[in-house]
Amino acid sequence: MTGPGMKEPGMTEPGPELGTVAPQDRFRRALTDNVRPPAWCNPTPEGKYNLVVIGAGPAGITAAREAAILGAKVALIERDLIGGDRLNVGCVPSKALIRTSRAYAEMRQAGHYGAQVPSDIDIGFAAVMQRMRRIQARLSRADAAQRLTDAGVDVYFGQARFAGPDSVAVGDQILRFKKALIATGARPLTPPIPGLAEAGYLTNENVFDLTERPRRLLVIGGGPVGCELAQAFCRFGCQVIIAQDEPMFLALEERDAAQLLSDSMARDGVEIHLNTAVVAVRVEGAEKIVDLVSEDARFSITVDEILAGIGRAPNVEGLGLEEAGVRYDIRAGIEVDDFLQTSNPRIYAAGDVCLELKFTHTAEASARIVVKNALFLRRERMSALTIPWCTYTDPEIAHVGLYVREARRRNIPVRTFTALMHDVDRAVTDGEEEGFVKIHVRDGTDRILGATVVARHAGEMINGLSVAITLGIGLRNFAKVIHAYPTQAEAIKMAAEAYHRARLTPSIRARTRRRLALDR
Amino acid sequence: MDQARSLSDEELLDRFQRGAFGYFVDCYNPENGLVADTSRPGSPASIAVVGFALSCYPVGVERGWMTRAEAVARTLATLRFFAESRQGDQPNVTGHQGFYYHFLDMQTGERVWQSELSLIDTTLLLAGVLTASVYFAGDSPDEARIRELADLIYLRIDWCWARGGKATARQGWKPESGFLHYGWDGYDEATILYVLGLASPAHALPLDSYTCWTATYQWENIYDHEYLYAGPLFVHQYSHAWVDFAGIRDEFMREKNSDYFESSRNATYVQREYARRNPYDYAGYGDNCWGLTACDGPGFMTQALDGRERRFFGYAARGAPFGPDDGTIGPCAAFASLPFAPEMSLAALRHYCDRYPDMIKDCRLPGAFNPTLPGDGPAGWVSEGCYGLDQGIVVLMIENYRSGLIWKLMRQCPYVVEGLRRAGFTGGWLS
Repeated sequence: MTGPGMKEPGMTEPGPELGTVAPQDRFRRALTDNVRPPAWCNPTPEGKYNLVVIGAGPAGITAAREAAILGAKVALIERDLIGGDRLNVGCVPSKALIRTSRAYAEMRQAGHYGAQVPSDIDIGFAAVMQRMRRIQARLSRADAAQRLTDAGVDVYFGQARFAGPDSVAVGDQILRFKKALIATGARPLTPPIPGLAEAGYLTNENVFDLTERPRRLLVIGGGPVGCELAQAFCRFGCQVIIAQDEPMFLALEERDAAQLLSDSMARDGVEIHLNTAVVAVRVEGAEKIVDLVSEDARFSITVDEILAGIGRAPNVEGLGLEEAGVRYDIRAGIEVDDFLQTSNPRIYAAGDVCLELKFTHTAEASARIVVKNALFLRRERMSALTIPWCTYTDPEIAHVGLYVREARRRNIPVRTFTALMHDVDRAVTDGEEEGFVKIHVRDGTDRILGATVVARHAGEMINGLSVAITLGIGLRNFAKVIHAYPTQAEAIKMAAEAYHRARLTPSIRARTRRRLALDR
Repeated sequence: MDQARSLSDEELLDRFQRGAFGYFVDCYNPENGLVADTSRPGSPASIAVVGFALSCYPVGVERGWMTRAEAVARTLATLRFFAESRQGDQPNVTGHQGFYYHFLDMQTGERVWQSELSLIDTTLLLAGVLTASVYFAGDSPDEARIRELADLIYLRIDWCWARGGKATARQGWKPESGFLHYGWDGYDEATILYVLGLASPAHALPLDSYTCWTATYQWENIYDHEYLYAGPLFVHQYSHAWVDFAGIRDEFMREKNSDYFESSRNATYVQREYARRNPYDYAGYGDNCWGLTACDGPGFMTQALDGRERRFFGYAARGAPFGPDDGTIGPCAAFASLPFAPEMSLAALRHYCDRYPDMIKDCRLPGAFNPTLPGDGPAGWVSEGCYGLDQGIVVLMIENYRSGLIWKLMRQCPYVVEGLRRAGFTGGWLS
């Protein structure tokens, strides 16, 4: 391998210019300089790689870094922007927007906190988006191509395609490998709605490029990302409607969690239409007319933008998977076993391209498993992981482990201990008393099967419960742990204390009462 | 109700039970036996309210508020109507596949408001039909006819069709759009629906439908009370109006070493505890002012009150402790917990009489009130008139508390016994 880094005359050209996004301000340029340097030249491969990683999203970056630290010769191939969805079109930009939207919501609700409501709340959408780009640029430093190169990773830009069972082509270069990892991620599904493509629509891949706030926004699909963005844009002053062709809002979540969020979004002003299908879209002037059908009613709404959030499709096309002997399905993605090995024993997959739970932390965790299994012949299983997740609405909904319905389906008897956030001092002082902690234990034991937290900072609170499930710490032990007062995480301790009190059956209480009476 | 303080518990209960019973005397069409959904002018009939009415008539007879002959006449008129009214998949008939539309025109008996063919409301109607068939066990031709019609109405219902090809019973059906897709999940008032559906000799729900439904149950410890969670209080009451669940257990309750009666008692405690804690500082809430349930409301609006922005809802299923809660209390729901927690329900009733006497008309509690939203008196906003469901559950639960009449009658109903057994209930009075 020679000369990775800035382009010099005569060196290999990177792949197509897929990374161009608007607007091209200094923050966007800084981002691009890091994750798709315009002057980048691909290295020239020498010899066989221990690991070739296709896709430089969270899974790919994690695997490449971990492998390099352990002394492996690693190549990382990216066709677009390093950082994947997380940095460019996913968690990072959306959370930046959500934070600003929360600031606006708090301005409007200032009276709730005993503060004065500002007399004139002007939404500066350009500033909102500029802050988002600034944050993206800052966080991109860690994933910069040069940083990866410095860490011992050969970074290639371009479309990768398997040239055979043990080689990958990038442009006109062939990279041979001992092991390979496919981590090409996923992309938004396109809703098959007549007129939608012609009218134009937003997905997570272009919504963060908006330069003007839409006055009226329709969100198709009520999944986590749709809810997050619907609430955020509503708080930016958009009229937002969610249309979901399913009967249950956030169907995978506990009903009370979904209900609380539904109420909260309604308070913000989001209109939620369940059992409502979008059947056609047409353009009239600058407006989009959307036809909807709900049970026996048909009606139309007029919006400025449409955000489609109906799910994600794995990026399996154009990779030459057939040549490599890797089996895949265009909907479910690359077929892997519990060790994340594909039908080609040399090739593994990680992240959104093969997993049902399409989260950054799941992608990273799966990548770590691949490094161990592929390079060190370990037998670590994906199914052994405890994976929490969070929907970053306000309040947030976080979950880890089993839901009650899953446990009952497996004939595991479940008992749930619930603490209400309105009983937590810090939640009350913060004016954030909406929500709960529900901890599901196996009946007759304190073994934690799963937990759901609905709270403003549920994503922070769920981590302690993930630790407990991962390490097999029972619920009774939480009551022994001193929790800093006042914190919202005390809700977890309160659930543990409820567990303790529930163990004090009437007969136990009678015994202790008799004994204490003798001591008097 | 200024004199409530001077009345004994028994006298107080008698007055309110009779007051509630009066609803079914007042809001009844003798031509077809239909009973209005509410006392408001122009209200259509609700088939569930008719079910409550049919169950109340035996109470009226036993209490001496109605002659047996009148009760027979009313019951016969009602059963004749439901047996003979038009069924079919057209949009303007009375029912389909043996089920009935939720709301019917008081005069013609045809579907109104484009309402749904309702499984749960048909079930509540059936509960009344079967109560009548057990109570009117005399040899007279009219009483014999009541029993024949009751069998006809029950036996022709196609419960299997009502699954719509799914594992569990659907919530309803409309001729315009087919089965409803509400996606309900968790414990609800449908226990009696499954009991009656499982027992049908000809078109029964399959046994696994009950297993699938109960698979969504969630047993929770909230405020140190353990129960089968459901937020609205009526969920913990409606099936209990007809079936005495004390001491009988299905597989789930055997696992939890409890029963549905005990669960409803704890649900009542949770409701009161929620009102005591009153996390959103609603006016009135406290030890004796509680009861979040499906009830009328002030309407969908937002108002700034005492420096706080308050959102109000119309008719909605309010629940504790996760909401929704807009400060609206359903006083009949607190009262209807009488068999589960008599001391609490009576204390709540006395509190309503002491604190909010103006909202009580003819010894009938209103459908809802909201002291947070200013109105003509301390009760704040008060729902107009009365709801038949509220008055019906009050009559039946007071009677069950006083004499157990309805529970005893339904123990004699072979369909109820068979349905409970098929659902896996054992022990207690089923032994």
